[in-house]
Amino acid sequence: MTEQTLFWIFAILAGGGAIGVVILQDIVRMAFSLIISLGSTAGLFFLLGADFVAATQLLVYVGGTLVLLIFGVMLTASGPFRRIRMSTGETLLGAAVGLLFFSVIAFTVLSVNWQAVPSYREVAGSPSKQTGNTSRAIGLRLVGIPADSTIGLHGGRGSNTGYLLPFEIVSVHLLVVLVGAAYLARAKRRESTDAEPEDA
Amino acid sequence: MDIGLNDYLLIGAVMFVSGVVCMATKRNGIAVLMGVELVLNGANINFVAFARYTNLGLDGQVVSLFVIVLAAAEAAVALAIALNFYNNHQTIDIDQGNRLKG
Repeated sequence: MTEQTLFWIFAILAGGGAIGVVILQDIVRMAFSLIISLGSTAGLFFLLGADFVAATQLLVYVGGTLVLLIFGVMLTASGPFRRIRMSTGETLLGAAVGLLFFSVIAFTVLSVNWQAVPSYREVAGSPSKQTGNTSRAIGLRLVGIPADSTIGLHGGRGSNTGYLLPFEIVSVHLLVVLVGAAYLARAKRRESTDAEPEDA
Repeated sequence: MDIGLNDYLLIGAVMFVSGVVCMATKRNGIAVLMGVELVLNGANINFVAFARYTNLGLDGQVVSLFVIVLAAAEAAVALAIALNFYNNHQTIDIDQGNRLKG
């Protein structure tokens, strides 16, 4: 019962925040609405038993990405550029396309009979997934050791290599991205470069 | 009524559609970035829900972790580009960014 109550609270907050990002015009209010939506998504992850993913969501999204976003809002949203209006026709067209797209997805989701899917299960099989506590298992999975008893299940090597290579690739990718973002965002002043020969 | 897979998938669909509409209709560059975040987050909900309700197990959660990391990287680069755009054009209205138009 508490799970259902929490689910509906988080679901309404997540969906309402997402819709608020679309509807609101003020960029600061949109950022706040995005914070609400992403934080409630972390709550949904907790309800799904993915505690490590939920903690990462809170740390990385709500703690990192949104600080970056608000930084961008602070630096760029000054005066007349804070609200950039759309015309009424564009708003109506966007709402119509969005509703149509959502009805397509909802119809597709609701028309699938999940009980007939072979890998579907109503209750989590392993107790570690029901109670959460997935950080150790995910860590082992990332370095290539499957934590659950799937060793040799798929015929030994090949399918049980874990996620070591994607983990390394994503690490290097993050480093390259940080260097590239610092390079892109560094302060460039045309006046000073123009005046440089005179100074030198 | 019990909470099932469909409920989580519908929440993910709401976030995905909101993100797509946000990307398509907003003229503010930062708002377009927020739409991208919403799209990735909606996909993440689907990954974690399928990890819980199918035999995928932890694989879906690991993939969602990768998506979170890539979203953070994308936001960093895109914000750097937005700041550069603002420095060059004194606005973040993406309709003004038509210098590459042939």
